[in-house]
Amino acid sequence: MKEIDELNLPDDIRYTDDHEWAKPAGDTVLVGVSDYAQDQMGDIVFVELPAVGDTFAKGDEFGTLESVKAVSELYMPISGQVVAVNIALADAPELINQQPYASWLVEIKPSDPGEYEQLHDAAGYLQLLRG
Amino acid sequence: MSTTNEFPGTGGLILNEPLLWHKGKKGRIGMSIPAGEVPAAAIDPLLVGEPADFPDLSEVDVVRHYTRLSQWNFGVDSGMYPLGSCTMKYNPKTNERQAATPAIAAAHPMLADELCQGTLRLLHELQTYLAAITGLDAVSLQPAAGAHGELTGMLIFHAWHRHRGAQRHKILIPDTAHGTNPASAALCGYQAVAVKSDERGMLDPALVAELMDEETAGIMLTNPNTLGLFEERIREIAAIVHAKGGLVYGDGANMNAVLGVMDAKRCGIDVLHLNLHKTFSTPHGGGGPGAGPVCVTGELEPFLPVPRVVKEGDRYRLDSDRPLSVGRIHAFHGNFGVLVRAYSYILSMGEAGLKRASQLAVLNANYVKERLKDVLHLPYDRPCMHECVFSDLKQQAQKITTLDMAKRLIDYGYHPPTIYFPLVVHGALMIEPTETECKDDLDQFIAALRAIVREAEEQPDLLRQAPQRTKVRRLDEVQAARCPCLTGPSAV
Amino acid sequence: MRYLPHTSEEIDAMLATVGAAGLDELFASVPSDCRVARPWDLPAPRSEWELNDHLRALAASMGVDEQTAVLVGAGSYHHHIPETVRALAGRSEFLTSYTPYQPEMAQGTLQAIFEYQTLTARLLGVDVVNASMYDGASALAEALLMALRVAKKKRRVAVAKAIHPHYRAVVRAYLQPAGFEIVELDTLTSGRTDLGGLAAHGDLAAVALQSPNFFGVIEDLDSAAAVVHRTDALLVAAFTEPLAYGLFKSPGACGADIVCGEGQSFGLPRSFGGPYLGMFGCKAPFTRNLPGRLVGETKDAEGRRGYVLTLATREQHIRREKATSNICSNQGLCALTAAIYMASLGGTGLRQLARLNYDRAEYLKGLLVRAGAKIVFDGPTFNEFVVEFAADFRPARERLLARNIVTGLELGDLYPELAGRYLFCVTETIDKKTMDTIAAEVAA
Repeated sequence: MKEIDELNLPDDIRYTDDHEWAKPAGDTVLVGVSDYAQDQMGDIVFVELPAVGDTFAKGDEFGTLESVKAVSELYMPISGQVVAVNIALADAPELINQQPYASWLVEIKPSDPGEYEQLHDAAGYLQLLRG
Repeated sequence: MSTTNEFPGTGGLILNEPLLWHKGKKGRIGMSIPAGEVPAAAIDPLLVGEPADFPDLSEVDVVRHYTRLSQWNFGVDSGMYPLGSCTMKYNPKTNERQAATPAIAAAHPMLADELCQGTLRLLHELQTYLAAITGLDAVSLQPAAGAHGELTGMLIFHAWHRHRGAQRHKILIPDTAHGTNPASAALCGYQAVAVKSDERGMLDPALVAELMDEETAGIMLTNPNTLGLFEERIREIAAIVHAKGGLVYGDGANMNAVLGVMDAKRCGIDVLHLNLHKTFSTPHGGGGPGAGPVCVTGELEPFLPVPRVVKEGDRYRLDSDRPLSVGRIHAFHGNFGVLVRAYSYILSMGEAGLKRASQLAVLNANYVKERLKDVLHLPYDRPCMHECVFSDLKQQAQKITTLDMAKRLIDYGYHPPTIYFPLVVHGALMIEPTETECKDDLDQFIAALRAIVREAEEQPDLLRQAPQRTKVRRLDEVQAARCPCLTGPSAV
Repeated sequence: MRYLPHTSEEIDAMLATVGAAGLDELFASVPSDCRVARPWDLPAPRSEWELNDHLRALAASMGVDEQTAVLVGAGSYHHHIPETVRALAGRSEFLTSYTPYQPEMAQGTLQAIFEYQTLTARLLGVDVVNASMYDGASALAEALLMALRVAKKKRRVAVAKAIHPHYRAVVRAYLQPAGFEIVELDTLTSGRTDLGGLAAHGDLAAVALQSPNFFGVIEDLDSAAAVVHRTDALLVAAFTEPLAYGLFKSPGACGADIVCGEGQSFGLPRSFGGPYLGMFGCKAPFTRNLPGRLVGETKDAEGRRGYVLTLATREQHIRREKATSNICSNQGLCALTAAIYMASLGGTGLRQLARLNYDRAEYLKGLLVRAGAKIVFDGPTFNEFVVEFAADFRPARERLLARNIVTGLELGDLYPELAGRYLFCVTETIDKKTMDTIAAEVAA
């Protein structure tokens, strides 16, 4: 497992307490899990994602990640409707381990764009991880 | 350790063997089929299916195949199997013979009571013995495994609360519980509320009092708990739960520690399941079958599964006229053959023998704990019951994990202890020697673990690459889960 | 006691290491008010010889024994068990090992269960089979719970009355506490289940049929699958006699989504109802909803073929209250036994044995009809059938019992409308002479 100093935490995205990240992409926001989350899980073997069109409030469970011996729930960083899911992960869940920030899970059309600003920036998230 | 230079582990002749369907030839057969005797009957061709795609094998093909497979396995008969919380004690050979008694093995489960007096008597006597041993009043032998017993217990909770007119929705489950507990409770629609154990590994009555309310059906606890420690304040906890109209479930998976010591009823337990495949010496069979009888107080007897075996004079009969019963939880009378084995064990051991077994199980665990605690971290350093829990804290400097030590034990010829359970201990290594291991064998096991701890410091790669002397090396579980291959033919 | 190896010197030495004065001191943490306060009054311990005598005496008190011809099935069947099955499944490396959590020292169990999963999937016509459930009844209950999970919002299932009454009782015990609703489907005069009014039952998650059903009648699963799927429910096909699929089309081939039932016929003794074998399989899309353990193939660090328990995130030890089932210990050795039995029969032998069972049952049917009895249901059957006699059958039944033949199960307790009718079962163990004897008594 990585030491905290070894983690990759890009500055241009925001993070949650539950280790998801959110990244604006025009009108929509991409959601994934952080380098810390993938490292803690170990080899990810299965991803369960919602259907396009499902709506979630901030903090709702929207799917799960599975390793060989653990299941981890995924929670929405912001409220909104799912406009796309990353179907490539169904056959290649290891992409989340290899490239956590390129491997978005869902694309959301936010219902309250202000929520994004309330998420941790990289420094705040790092602070959180250091406890 | 061995006095010769011989390595005390594996290293013998391991024969390869293909999958079944890569053997055989069409037209072979491995068993005899009686002659036709009667004319072929007409059959609607539309109902007839394609012949099942099974390989055709001779009797010799089949015998060699399974003999070779068996040699890739390790059982209690092969060596020490100190798997914590599983009670891998010796499985007496005579029990196998008794279960195979011809008229008993041939007994049909749906014949009239007067044709089945022998098997009904055996069930009735075993119920009586288990009631006496636990201190509880009535027993159902139907549950086929521990988790099935838990489910039965939860069904009894549910039926009892319904009978009292108010259903409840939550259940308290300590963080030291088996994973089956929350899953069993969920089947009855109960939401599990976790109860944290304290720094001594004990349940705190004050915390139970805080969580227990009139929406909560009761508590499921394991005593001795999964840290191998006796819940000293169980009576206090039971009183709190009872005062709020709840029931107390005791997971008896760890009963091997306290035969002749703990009286479940006096502890305040209302429902308790036993694992006959742990405490009462029936074999685990590579995963089952087990048996998980449920023992209850007199108040809860009307809720036990039907049919009940009852004795009237010197006759036995099945009684299904129990309006409050939770119903049936097995097609017939449970894993009867397993019950015969446990019955034989109880009759062989007798009262003094069973009590002695627990004393020696606890002695063995404490002995292992004392002899290893200088080299392995012991999170709860106090007298244990039938098992002791270490962790890999002292090995972290070498980046050696519990898994590495467990795999290295395989090279020394031992089945590893339970690892990473209970969850409250990080990197747990849970050792349950059981009473059937003698001091010499314990000393050899202790020496092996001490040698492994030395290797962790001096040659850590030996551990990371273990096991090296088995049929296969460490297996790629990630690949198995990512691209599941659950049926053959295999690619190889 | 021969299972307890400690000498008194060893006990003293170990107590010294532990720092306890005596064995009782080891239990100091157990409060006095929790302790056993009265003797158990168990019988005095028996020697091995005394135990043999005792079990022999119990066996002798049975009204029937292994020599009796028992023409009763109803979920527990008498088939010949080859000595090889007993000898191989009894090998202590299989018998005395635990669940294969350490795959490097359990490849024997793991490969054997992988082979069991494969052979059983082929037999049932499904894509995936788990490593076993407790028995056919709990397998059916778990199948319906699985269908309810798949359907998510639906709360109701339909179950044929022609399913084994004990299985339906277990289904009720499992489903009712969580508030699921069970609708029962009537039986037609053919002995098949009436699927005519399915749509009227509302939103069904699943429809469960047994084939051959409790009356031995082969259900029309092809048509049933079409009807059930039109209502957007899953078809759960149950069975008590898997040997039927050696001859009849498999439930999976007919379109069943989940197939579950009892595997006792494959090498397990009747043993008063257990241990038996819950067989459980499904079509591939439902794999992650399966209860129970699964063995999967993989490779080791050096690229060799090997087996592990896999997809364990469905199970209770990981997903806890959200697990697909609470099952932990299963019937692993019974699954291994069934695999050895299936391997011993082979594809050719399976067809031959199933055909023999069918022919013998049809032979007795013919004899009884000629002796004046009536076959109650006119649908096609396998091994079992329901008979109505022209006169009270009880005197003939008593005479046959005196000749060590148990003829049929009276159905009045299980189906009041069938009181006085008998469910007969004929397998390869019932020879022509026995059947002729029965017919002669019926005619007398």
